[in-house]
Amino acid sequence: MRLLIIEDDRDAADYLVKAFREVGHIADQATDGEEGQALALDGQYDVLIVDRMLPKRDGLSIINTLRSKLVETPVLILSALGQVDDRVKGLRAGGDDYLAKPYAFSELLARVEALARRPGKRGEETVYRVADLELNRLSHEVSRAGQELQLQPREFRLLEYLMRHAGQVVTRTMLLENVWDYHFDPQTNVIDVHISRLRSKIDKGFAQPLLHTVRGAGYMIRDGAR
Amino acid sequence: MTALGKLLRTTAFQLTLVYLLVFIIFAASLLGYFALNTRRLITEQITTTVDTEISGLREQYNLGGIRRLVIVVDLRSRRPGSSLYLVTTATGEGLAGNVGSLEPGVLDHPGWLETNYRRLEAPEGSDHHALVQVVQLPGGFRLLVGRDLEERERLFGIIANAGQWSLALVIVLGLAGGFFVSRRVLARVEAMNETAQTIMAGDLAGRLPVAGTGDELDRLADRLNAMLQRIEALMYGLKEVSDNIAHDLKTPLTRLRNRCEQALRGSPDVAAYRAALESTIAESDDLIRTFDALLMIARAESGQARDNMTEFDAAEIARDVGELYEPLAEEKGITLKVEAPAAAPVRGNRELVSQALANLVDNAIKYAAPNGKSWNGVPAEIVVKAGNDGERIALSVADRGPGIAEADRGRVVERFVRLEQSRSEPGSGLGLSLASAVARLHGGELKLEDNQPGLRSIIALPRAGPAGAG
Repeated sequence: MRLLIIEDDRDAADYLVKAFREVGHIADQATDGEEGQALALDGQYDVLIVDRMLPKRDGLSIINTLRSKLVETPVLILSALGQVDDRVKGLRAGGDDYLAKPYAFSELLARVEALARRPGKRGEETVYRVADLELNRLSHEVSRAGQELQLQPREFRLLEYLMRHAGQVVTRTMLLENVWDYHFDPQTNVIDVHISRLRSKIDKGFAQPLLHTVRGAGYMIRDGAR
Repeated sequence: MTALGKLLRTTAFQLTLVYLLVFIIFAASLLGYFALNTRRLITEQITTTVDTEISGLREQYNLGGIRRLVIVVDLRSRRPGSSLYLVTTATGEGLAGNVGSLEPGVLDHPGWLETNYRRLEAPEGSDHHALVQVVQLPGGFRLLVGRDLEERERLFGIIANAGQWSLALVIVLGLAGGFFVSRRVLARVEAMNETAQTIMAGDLAGRLPVAGTGDELDRLADRLNAMLQRIEALMYGLKEVSDNIAHDLKTPLTRLRNRCEQALRGSPDVAAYRAALESTIAESDDLIRTFDALLMIARAESGQARDNMTEFDAAEIARDVGELYEPLAEEKGITLKVEAPAAAPVRGNRELVSQALANLVDNAIKYAAPNGKSWNGVPAEIVVKAGNDGERIALSVADRGPGIAEADRGRVVERFVRLEQSRSEPGSGLGLSLASAVARLHGGELKLEDNQPGLRSIIALPRAGPAGAG
């Protein structure tokens, strides 16, 4: 995956470039808005990571320019302005995701990977399949090894989100934002309990677990055999 | 500026002057009009009388010649309050009448004129003013008939006099009134100024004086006082935040630093470093969380979050939050029930209200069952409710735990206050303060009540009216 990081703090940008390289992605950096916009307009990148407050040109106006020139590269806004209304403003300006500073790299990585695959065909599929687990988005039926599973509506949405991003790490905040539509951090880790409930429904009694906990990052559904 | 200068420059005094001037002009024109009209009326009356007399005397002359005229004029002249009469020959020799002397040449011009005269018996120097008509009779005789103008002049004089006095009175009273009113206003404004000065100098507790008359100055002072109250509360909040930041953020920062130092001092062991770094990250995550909560409270309290207000159903929020926490409660052996049967429309920031309610549920789960599944034999249970509470919508969370002693209830809403028994639980101590700030942002309040046993926390919010549906 090719990334462009538009961030004026050189240390932070260097850190990100290095961290993304370590996990096997290629990352370029731009330290001001104009340079960032020029690079982004090339359209060579899979995901753009854009800071909001930049010298010469602010992040939101870069996104505006890109979108008006029909460059549809997914953009993740990375900003110290992390309140709900800042987030709303950023997403309205054309950003695809919003992460407040300070952040955990694992969170950023998970979100960037989710964004990179976003426009893929997974979104249009009616049936999601991971190993012998099947989820039908139209009939709202879930089955494992041909055996039907009874899920609550919220459990269904949780599983749907996890399966759409099968093979990718999904963080707790991503789940809270996408499944519950909450952008605050509940003090206790309520998500873990929901996951363990879901896990007991889809993995219990089967030899091969599909729903995995990724330590220090979040969760992932994948076919363990691969 | 001198005190008098200040007084003269007040709006009240300047207004008084303008009104005074307008009133004087009005009164003077009224009096003038009145005086002129009176004068005209009296003059008309005189001319009519004189005209009548002259035509009568002409008749007498026509009937009996000069002899008869002289007799009649003599008779009439002797009546008290009589008109003025004079009959002369063509050369000006007096034949009859009561006029002693006239201004020279009067008799030579027939017609109306005003002249000075003296009566026959009157002493030298007592000249009067009169309106007379001179007519030429056939045979060269001349007849003068007139009326004294004393009356007209006296009346005119009275009116002029009255006008002068009343104008003087109006000016004096007006100036005095203006002076008095301005001084009163000035004194009050001055008092406000002084208070404002002390407030600006840093004494935020100062309040503008209110006279209690309910007039416009009082209303202004009331409004400004309310504003000062709000400013003071905000300033106090700010100070509190900085104090608390100093205390509650520096403590974990110190811990963080100590841990790093300790790791560096110890033996260079990869596993130990790793453990130290992991706990450093965990600790800094807690710090970030606390910081976010503080920022959000500050934002809610300053009213900045008012931009994202929409209308939503509080019952739905109760159901959603209940659903989010239900598995966690169950895991801890607590029954969590949601009672939100009817729609409860509220206008506000959905996200903030959800978070406030989530904090209350989170608290309830932490403290509802301190030793396992029950407290004092009552099975642990949490009821999340959304419903009407009079004019308001109440979102409440009730537990059956140990509750909070009445004396502590006010205190726990403050930032970072954690009661002794809760020190062992994780948390920033900001949950209730955030809920309270959110309630106040929406024009509501956070109430803590006794659930007998247990605690019931209520976020009371104004109900969104049907008018606010748009």
